[in-house]
Amino acid sequence: MRRYVPKDDVQKKAYYTDRYWVAPQVPKAKVSSDSVFAEDLKAIEAKFKVLDAYIQVEQMVVYIQPEDNFGVLELMKKELEYTQLSEMSAVDFLSQRGEFDIFYQMLSMSKRKRIRVKCAIKKDEAIESVEKLFRSADWSEREMYDMFGIKVNNHPFFKRILMPDDWEGHPLLKTYPLHGDEFAAWYEVDKIFGKEARDIIGPEIRDDAAVDRYDTKRFARLGHEVPFGAEIPEGEPAVKTEYQEDDGVFLIERFEKESSTVITDRDR
Amino acid sequence: MAQHQVNYTQDGGLPVALTTIDKVVNWGRSNSLWALTYGLACCGIEMMASGASRYDFDRFGTIFRASPRQADVLIIAGTLTKKHAEFIKRLYDQMTEPRWVISMGSCANTGGMFNTYATVQGADRIVPVDLYLPGCAPRPETLQYGVMLLQKKIRSEKAIKAQKPKRLL
Ligand code: SF4
Repeated sequence: MRRYVPKDDVQKKAYYTDRYWVAPQVPKAKVSSDSVFAEDLKAIEAKFKVLDAYIQVEQMVVYIQPEDNFGVLELMKKELEYTQLSEMSAVDFLSQRGEFDIFYQMLSMSKRKRIRVKCAIKKDEAIESVEKLFRSADWSEREMYDMFGIKVNNHPFFKRILMPDDWEGHPLLKTYPLHGDEFAAWYEVDKIFGKEARDIIGPEIRDDAAVDRYDTKRFARLGHEVPFGAEIPEGEPAVKTEYQEDDGVFLIERFEKESSTVITDRDR
Repeated sequence: MAQHQVNYTQDGGLPVALTTIDKVVNWGRSNSLWALTYGLACCGIEMMASGASRYDFDRFGTIFRASPRQADVLIIAGTLTKKHAEFIKRLYDQMTEPRWVISMGSCANTGGMFNTYATVQGADRIVPVDLYLPGCAPRPETLQYGVMLLQKKIRSEKAIKAQKPKRLL
């Protein structure tokens, strides 16, 4: 008989992976298979340490050491004609490897090639800013800090970009709950009304399917409108959806459904 | 002078209409509902369409204003993020009494599909809402219907009584 292994925590994992699961991989090719990339890689290797390099989906991926990032990008911009930094950010691999991957997606218009420069840094390490080389890195680095909490040295204006300045936590970390932590859940209430208002306003309703048909402080279905806060013991009163009161409105012509025109021709 | 004689008892004879102050004031209020331009996301597009020529909100006296000081109704059209929450509160506070709020679309009603850390789960956590419009996005007809319902609501309010300012807290 097979030994019993408790499987209770299977559902608690972020993703369920079955036993023989092999994550699909995009095939990698040798750098030597592309002459342009091979020369670029040679130029980088002459000055910096390259940890790994391969070609994936017609783009070269180069792993470098994090302290070389400014140097490598400077070399690529000034000498290898990779004049655009089209994208940069980080990937959270903290639970797997205890580090972040930072990537710089470079584009050369003259060579019509793209290179992805990658480096890995530990949780509390900082990375050098490349804003002096590429202006586009200005906001990207701020976003990287905002979303992952990665500090960037020598950035001209280093603060959060998407979340409010007084936000706590970095939302794109894999450990950050989608519905927000305690701070996020009460952020607007705490800020506007103060902590003591929490009891009055109450917690957020996070249940998508929450329907309380007797709640007259929030919703009434169209056609079942009730006054704010009215008590309805059971069943919603059906209200005739009339725009005007029965006895007409002062100085306004009465709207008669019978005399109105219904347009059925959409192209009219 | 007989030909100029006015029969005051006949319709249209006396150049006077009798009504209550309530009715006149509410008639004025409900037919000049100036709305604050407040498109926050995709619902704002429908709100703009409602104001433009095809649906033409001007017919109802609903003219979009760019300043909260001139606005009577705040149409929250779109996703209210937590970062933006304090500004909507500030703009609401800057509007003069009496003021009304229409929450337009699922996002403003409940947070809608943005069941995430960054979205306010219902604009009524920040400002008191008079009318919720369902839909993602509600069609301009819905907004039109909503404005007409709001007009109806205003007509039923007491105008001359010192209005209790609406507060969430
Ligand atoms: S309710 Fe729908 S259309 Fe309106 S802002 Fe939200 S996502 Fe956009």
